[in-house]
Amino acid sequence: MALLQIAEPGLSAAPHQHRLAVGIDLGTTNSLVATVRSGMSTVLHDEDGRALLPSVVRYLPDGFAEVGYAAQAKQSVDPHNTIVSVKRFMGRGVKDIPDAERMPYHFVDAPGMVQLKTVAGVKSPVEVSAEILKVLRERAEHSLGGELVGAVITVPAYFDDAQRQATKDAARLAGLNVLRLLNEPTAAAVAYGLDNAAEGVYAVYDLGGGTFDISILRLSKGVFEVLATNGDSALGGDDFDQRVFCWILEQAKLPPLGPHDSRTLLTKAREAKEWLTEQPEATITAMLDCGMSVELTLTSETFTEITQHLVSKTLQPTRKALRDAGLGPEDVKGVVMVGGSTRMPNVQKAVGGFFGQEPLNNLDPDKVVALGAAIQANVLAGNRADDDWLLLDVIPLSLGIETMGGLVEKIIPRNSTIPVARAQEFTTFKDGQTAMSFHVVQGERELVAECRSLAKFELRGIPPMVAGAARVRVTFQVDADGLLSVTAREKSTGAETTVTVKPSYGLSDEEITRMLTESREHAVDDMAARMLRENQVEANRLLDAVQAALDEDGALLDDKERAAIDELMGRLRAVAGGGDSPAIKQALEALNRGTEFFAARRMDQSVRRALSGHKLSELEMGEES
Amino acid sequence: MTPDFHKNYFELFGLPPGFRIDMALLDGKYRDIQSQVHPDRFAHADEAQKRLSMQWATFANEAYQTLKQPLSRARYLLQMHGVDTAEESNTAMPPAFLMQQMEWREGIMEARAADDIAALEHLAAKLRAERRGLEERLEKLLDGAKDYPAAAETVRMLKFIEKLGEEINLAIEALES
Repeated sequence: MALLQIAEPGLSAAPHQHRLAVGIDLGTTNSLVATVRSGMSTVLHDEDGRALLPSVVRYLPDGFAEVGYAAQAKQSVDPHNTIVSVKRFMGRGVKDIPDAERMPYHFVDAPGMVQLKTVAGVKSPVEVSAEILKVLRERAEHSLGGELVGAVITVPAYFDDAQRQATKDAARLAGLNVLRLLNEPTAAAVAYGLDNAAEGVYAVYDLGGGTFDISILRLSKGVFEVLATNGDSALGGDDFDQRVFCWILEQAKLPPLGPHDSRTLLTKAREAKEWLTEQPEATITAMLDCGMSVELTLTSETFTEITQHLVSKTLQPTRKALRDAGLGPEDVKGVVMVGGSTRMPNVQKAVGGFFGQEPLNNLDPDKVVALGAAIQANVLAGNRADDDWLLLDVIPLSLGIETMGGLVEKIIPRNSTIPVARAQEFTTFKDGQTAMSFHVVQGERELVAECRSLAKFELRGIPPMVAGAARVRVTFQVDADGLLSVTAREKSTGAETTVTVKPSYGLSDEEITRMLTESREHAVDDMAARMLRENQVEANRLLDAVQAALDEDGALLDDKERAAIDELMGRLRAVAGGGDSPAIKQALEALNRGTEFFAARRMDQSVRRALSGHKLSELEMGEES
Repeated sequence: MTPDFHKNYFELFGLPPGFRIDMALLDGKYRDIQSQVHPDRFAHADEAQKRLSMQWATFANEAYQTLKQPLSRARYLLQMHGVDTAEESNTAMPPAFLMQQMEWREGIMEARAADDIAALEHLAAKLRAERRGLEERLEKLLDGAKDYPAAAETVRMLKFIEKLGEEINLAIEALES
């Protein structure tokens, strides 16, 4: 009797097999992981049945990190080493962080991104976020019983390139294959729209722990088209806590407090805010280390009053997004509320008043982003063959380059549908100039100093010519994750020089490898084993994909081309099961290169089919006129 | 390997070239193409396919955005006929148009100084009417008379109007904050 074959979990997933993929909401306050199981998007719980993982990481003297509730419980006891709301530091320098001096951390100003000095060494926000993601990855693998094919990680729509790149780096550091960075409001719209079969223009108002997003989307026949997005990547529930905290200091006439007392009162402030969601007033009592005690009552009216300017700060980006979309509040069919902070009654009331309708709250505002991300991860992993819906997202902030006088020349305007590419030509300023330096920035202001600096790079080897004769073409490409790459090319002499820059704060592959190697759970042997396994998985995946393509579209190849591909497949198959990692990698790359032309032909064919599938007469008409 | 983008944007969507365009048809064709080439369809594919998909989706976005907006569509049509709209270099305009421009610009400044959002919104509405008029003229010049030099001048005027519109938006934003 023939034995049935069972693959090792995560390895050699046959095309029909369900690939394990998750959606992760990496939040300022809490993080979640969700997946699609038996067609239903579900949040995965920890061993104690809890869905939320507090985004808190506490570093211990032995180098280990505690994550989640355990770390949260220690934040007052060990404030220096317990990092909360790390999302606020992603892709940010010290000067970008308001109230940095009031926080209990030891910041280290590093180029590009701030770092934090802890008892376990200096940590970058990327590493801290990776600790959170690792816990979620392990939770998912444990709960799903296998290795993950990939993950969709959500980011605030208003995150700039630096913040997105940092998030992607954190995911890679946590050993996750990032299928896509997905904007949080768009993820919420997927969960909401598919659930409600919605059609028309919707606004997603997403007020999280530390970020605010507003997205205006048009939902039509399975297409989620983001028309405009706006927001504030440093505004969220934390700021409401901070307001209550300051109010307590004023009311109780407290002197400047130590880190422990500050942490205690901030926690009290948050609890009072949450209490006021259901109750008309909250009592705040605390005994402080400094010997003083606090006993106060905060009414709902006072809370509304002291946080009024924060609520107004969300309506300004809302107006801008509507204006960019060319719409008014009356054009919006529904307002979807996302993020735990939208539970505040004064926020609900203000948003309802602005749009002239009751906001929609039928999905849990804490979970809707993760649920939507899981639905998209399931599609991106290739578990659904039928193409049901399409997400067309935009970049939130304009991308440009510095020109003479510190001015910004915008290359790609905000709210451009991604992926998008634009090129602009520049020339030399002086006779005989052989190099040009470029400064890439993001933002809406005209002055470079008021935009975010993304990267600086130089193009050398321009042949000496008179000023203005050189032609340097700078191309900006933004991919589907909203990440930018820039290429500069001198073309007047026919000699081309291409420089592709990665923004300076981004981690190189070497750095990621080094960090992985340094961390205790990935010793060098582990790394080699992991690399081999990844190559094997990749080899099997590619073989399956090419075979499927051949079965479907083999007719696009002549005999010689077909034989060449078969040969390359045979070579990869011969090494794929073995232990020679470099040989597998080499054969993989050879097959990849050898099938590029086939992929291009298939794409051409699918576009032709997509067009002709509709009305042939229109096509012919187009060619005649 | 890059995809063969020899097609012009009208051919890509299977539309007859012209200023007058069936917007619903364009929307539909654009979605049909994106649903085939978008990077979300290739998230689990190999690097070569991912790159190809990004190039295709980028091309489709560029083509769609160009045809969707009247100003860029007119500019593109003129390019197809070998006419450069020279928006940066040619600033000669009919005197009456320039006079009106100056009036509008003064109107924006006055409304801004007087903190008058309603006046700015009124100006924006007038501008929209002016824009519609220029678009109708473009249709006649491009699709009917095939008078490309006159169409190029109209494109330049439309560009002026667009810039004014942006200034009004900035003024409204400044007053709101």
